[in-house]
Amino acid sequence: MVDRSTTRRALLARGATVLGALALAGCENVTDNPLVKEVLGGVGGLNRKVQEAMLGPEQLAQEYELSDVSTDFYANGSTDPDDKHYRSMAANGFKAYKLVVDGLVERPIELTMAELRAMPARTQITRHDCVEGWSCIGQWTGAPLQAVLDRVGVKPTAQYVVFHCFDTMDDGDPSGPTPFYGSIDLLAARHPQTILAYDKAGKPLEVKYGAPLRLRVERQLGYKMTKYIKRIQLMSDFKDIGQGKGGYWEDTGYQWYAGI
Amino acid sequence: MSLAEKELDDPVVSNDDAVPKGKEQRLVTLVKRHSVVVRVTHWITVLCLTMLLMSGLQIFNARPQLDFGIKTDFDHPPAVIDSDKVDGKARGYVRIGDHRFDTTGVLGLSEFEGKPTERAFPSWATLPGEQDLGTGRAIHFVFAWLFVANGLVYLLWGFATRHFRRDFLPSRTQWRHIGGEILDHARLRFPKGEQARQYNAIQKMTYFAVAFVLLPLLVLAGWAMSPGLDAAFPFLLHVFGGRQTARSIHFLAAFGVVLFVVVHVALVLLSGLFNNMRSMVTGWYDIGQERDIHG
Repeated sequence: MVDRSTTRRALLARGATVLGALALAGCENVTDNPLVKEVLGGVGGLNRKVQEAMLGPEQLAQEYELSDVSTDFYANGSTDPDDKHYRSMAANGFKAYKLVVDGLVERPIELTMAELRAMPARTQITRHDCVEGWSCIGQWTGAPLQAVLDRVGVKPTAQYVVFHCFDTMDDGDPSGPTPFYGSIDLLAARHPQTILAYDKAGKPLEVKYGAPLRLRVERQLGYKMTKYIKRIQLMSDFKDIGQGKGGYWEDTGYQWYAGI
Repeated sequence: MSLAEKELDDPVVSNDDAVPKGKEQRLVTLVKRHSVVVRVTHWITVLCLTMLLMSGLQIFNARPQLDFGIKTDFDHPPAVIDSDKVDGKARGYVRIGDHRFDTTGVLGLSEFEGKPTERAFPSWATLPGEQDLGTGRAIHFVFAWLFVANGLVYLLWGFATRHFRRDFLPSRTQWRHIGGEILDHARLRFPKGEQARQYNAIQKMTYFAVAFVLLPLLVLAGWAMSPGLDAAFPFLLHVFGGRQTARSIHFLAAFGVVLFVVVHVALVLLSGLFNNMRSMVTGWYDIGQERDIHG
């Protein structure tokens, strides 16, 4: 007679062995498996779809009081760009700075800091959430990106706003330091709290916070908020820039959508 | 009457084939304890919680400190895992308030690829094993979605079939005998026979607390860390009192779950590994022979 419970026991034991072996083998290179890669790469897109369905285009991130502002607002990533042109402009108070806005636009323009400051401004006290887990509160003033986009006229084929920056990241690449860039979609770009910030706490940005111009995208994580903006390019696709993932950090493995 | 209740009323009584001939035959009373929904969602939960914990520790390692309120205190956080040099030797430590604990080898400083490495949680506890925040986050989100979807199936099924009302709320009789039951538990005397047909009061209350308090709290605190969800649902920040409090609650609740799992697994081992595993794999549980457990 077949011993039912013993065979079950044997089956359980065999199952556990197989699972254990899979787990051990998997630890090595499971993330190289194409299916696993696809699932891990796709989850950011799912997060984006669900959050965009929940979020109205105008729903604001919480704004705080002046008394909440962090006295030790952390600066990470690049904090002092090496670029010679950037350094000479910084030494002269960015008088020679010109923001280039081009790509899929009707009227490409160049804007000086004085021209940007002459545009209607928005001041907001918001929470900066880093992908690492920390948060700081800061007061930012800048020109709404929406106003800049309206000024240049976005062509209907444009999907993304790409930010090219002065800073580079030295990640040991033999071909030299990697230029920093980032991108957001038009939904984020047209959000009322999305500004090209030039002041922090009422004073021109310090170099470590991205002088003369940095992005604020308040419903997403800090790694989307490029500093040291040189050029804004409207594009239908970002696959030909960098490694094609839409940003320096995205190229290193972060999700493109950073609402979570 | 639900299917599960019907099955409970019709126990299968059989002689245990596993008992060798010649020895005293023990009466085995198999009852259908767990429905297929409970069994499948249980094991999916086990997978999800394991992956979520290990990828969560990977994410935590990017900023291994706990704060309360709306923002981070970089100078003197309430709790931190870090490393420094003591008498020229690298040490890992955990500091909570003003209390410092040396945790060299496990927390703060541990071996990675044969070298002492500064990292909060050690390589064997994180997914991936090396420091890789982007992949850790992707794994965390994949299993968070699976966990939530699986949890919703379980909750909807549990309410629809009155599983929670029947199995998670202690009966009046159970409330009356709660004192004796706690004593029995403390002596590791587990109910047999008729009393083993249903969860005892401590089991019911524990499963209720985990399914309806601890795990939902963990999920909500996770959502409160998302700047997108905070904009969509501002109450998330208000109920927790800030993103950093939510992050700390997420971390502490995760260790609440770890504590539950440790006790749960220990009791599974003590009250009969094979019988318990059989019931969570096949559904059939042996309630054994009656005995007076209050004697």
